[in-house]
Amino acid sequence: MSENGVILKVRDLTKHFPIMRGVLIKRPVGYVRAVDGISFDVYEGETLGLVGESGSGKSTTGRVILQLYRPTSGTVEFEGRQLDELKGRDLQAMRPKMQMIFQDPYASLNPRMTVGDLIGEPLLIHTNMSHKERAWRVGELLKTVGLNPVFAQRYPHEFSGGQRQRIGVARALAVNPDFIICDEPISALDVSVQAQVVNLLEDLQDKLGLTYLFIAHDLSMVRHIANRVAVMYLGKLMELADQEEIYTSPLHPYTQALLSAVPIPDPKVEMTRKRIILEGDVPSPVNPPSGCVFHNRCPLAVEVCKNVVPEWKQVSRGHWVHCHLV
Amino acid sequence: MADHLLEVNDLKTRFYTAEGVVHALNGVSFYLDEGETLGIVGESGCGKSVTMLSLLSLIPKPPGKVEKGEAWFAGKDLLKMNDQELRGVRGAQIGMIFQDPMTSLNPVMRIGDQITEPMIEHLGMNREQARERAIELLDMVGIPEADERVGDYPHQFSGGMRQRAMIAMALSCNPRILIADEPTTALDVTIQAQIVDVVRRLQEKLGMAVVWITHDLGVVAGIADRVNVMYAGYIVEEAQVTDLYADPQMPYTLGLLGSLPRLDGKHAKRLANIHGAPPDLFLEPEECPFSPRCDYVRDVCRDLNPGLRSVNGSHRVACWIDVKNNQLIDPEEAPVRE
Repeated sequence: MSENGVILKVRDLTKHFPIMRGVLIKRPVGYVRAVDGISFDVYEGETLGLVGESGSGKSTTGRVILQLYRPTSGTVEFEGRQLDELKGRDLQAMRPKMQMIFQDPYASLNPRMTVGDLIGEPLLIHTNMSHKERAWRVGELLKTVGLNPVFAQRYPHEFSGGQRQRIGVARALAVNPDFIICDEPISALDVSVQAQVVNLLEDLQDKLGLTYLFIAHDLSMVRHIANRVAVMYLGKLMELADQEEIYTSPLHPYTQALLSAVPIPDPKVEMTRKRIILEGDVPSPVNPPSGCVFHNRCPLAVEVCKNVVPEWKQVSRGHWVHCHLV
Repeated sequence: MADHLLEVNDLKTRFYTAEGVVHALNGVSFYLDEGETLGIVGESGCGKSVTMLSLLSLIPKPPGKVEKGEAWFAGKDLLKMNDQELRGVRGAQIGMIFQDPMTSLNPVMRIGDQITEPMIEHLGMNREQARERAIELLDMVGIPEADERVGDYPHQFSGGMRQRAMIAMALSCNPRILIADEPTTALDVTIQAQIVDVVRRLQEKLGMAVVWITHDLGVVAGIADRVNVMYAGYIVEEAQVTDLYADPQMPYTLGLLGSLPRLDGKHAKRLANIHGAPPDLFLEPEECPFSPRCDYVRDVCRDLNPGLRSVNGSHRVACWIDVKNNQLIDPEEAPVRE
């Protein structure tokens, strides 16, 4: 492993998608700045929550880390290897170590494959297991995620949303990964089933020592599951701190507004809460505002915010903020 | 009928599909008073949207069919109205906003024309008056530069603005009831806060009653006066909002509240979870619909389906168990649902 238990090191990571125009000769007329220079570490065995509104670039971040999209610039170092420089077989060899659980359990499972084939596929690609060994391992995995091993013969449409997400978890676990990116794993599920999946993820982490990057827009659930939380807005990190600290004393005006907007299921608390209502919508990442990207919606913005990009600075141990006023 | 603005009795809706009969609503009764906000909460498939669509005869027929029930609004039964009478109610006296503003707006019609349409139809305004009123409405729901944006098409609006435009449209004829069917589910939390704020402000100003349908117990806590909890086509608990959260009586409500992490961190280390999955609506319900997932389940729950009984004034619950003491109640106390 690497120094101080850092399993993943992301530095100045950028992903710009070109917007192509033209009939015969296509040329880029602009770029979607989906991820625009972010840096953070993930420690072994922890859960880092990555939160933000839709279009903030959280899913793209996850995919660039796994090299499903190649970064435009910046580096991703995982277990001491620089992933953005790896290609072909070398990259393939790293894949079993890092897996992903997807948001939509309806779209992410091939409807024509049996559950056994779906979970066994990573084993077929990454190991030399025989057919028999694979079948045994699939049974084990189904038991691990709380499903009956006989389900291996069935097809995805026979399962409910929560059960499908368990299948997705089993598939990610098949190759014994160290690190799993959970990309909104519960947002498509019913409330009563969300808790089942979250409890399962927590149990697996305890049992197998997994490290999670938990991408979500549900800030309450992230508070529950994460050790540290990073807040993203328009491709940039706004704030990163320990779970307790970011929820009790957020420093960035965006974090403060975001937290105040989340309803709390308790009418007595709701009656006395003060909301910071942000004006307008998230600007387009094609043409982000100058200076601090949040300045045009920020209730505290001053002149300097319009012109100068704030630094990503550490204000106290492990508490990072991207703001001029802190 | 009574003094309620809307009173619904024993509403039953079924869908006759090729795979079988879906028992969507199995006898739903509730009321709505002038100016109040009623929250209807439940998971997908519990019948919260079908309830409101049945009232307004908006369910697709076939396969849907309202089998039974009455819905008294302003002295008339909505379910016995003919199409022409219904048109005078829908959009005029009862406005509705839906979850996905993109699919409920016409993409090839200007926003302004869509807002003026009901006013020309119901209020007999001419185009000029209606257009002026449309600008006023857009301004009221917080669309900047409303006099210019009124000529835009829906794709030129963001998700939050489209929902604002929907609200403007629903309120254009000064309805007495606004039905909001998961209006913020497709939106981000900061935009959700904006929309909740707009609806609350307009309700204070215009005094309409609001029915807020959602699966989000957090949103309901902030906006509702009373709450109905639905499960498998039944109302399983109804209460004033403070009573419901402080003293939930139905094991399902208890489970839902326990499974929600809280932003202020006041919850257990491990989330309570309701085991199993929501019920199969193809089956004719005979037992308590929640019994297969219930931690308090007794033999009687698997035989008889409990009706609503009062626990404390207007707080009513459909359950054979007194959850606080984990004891069976006296069976005489509660009606049985057939």
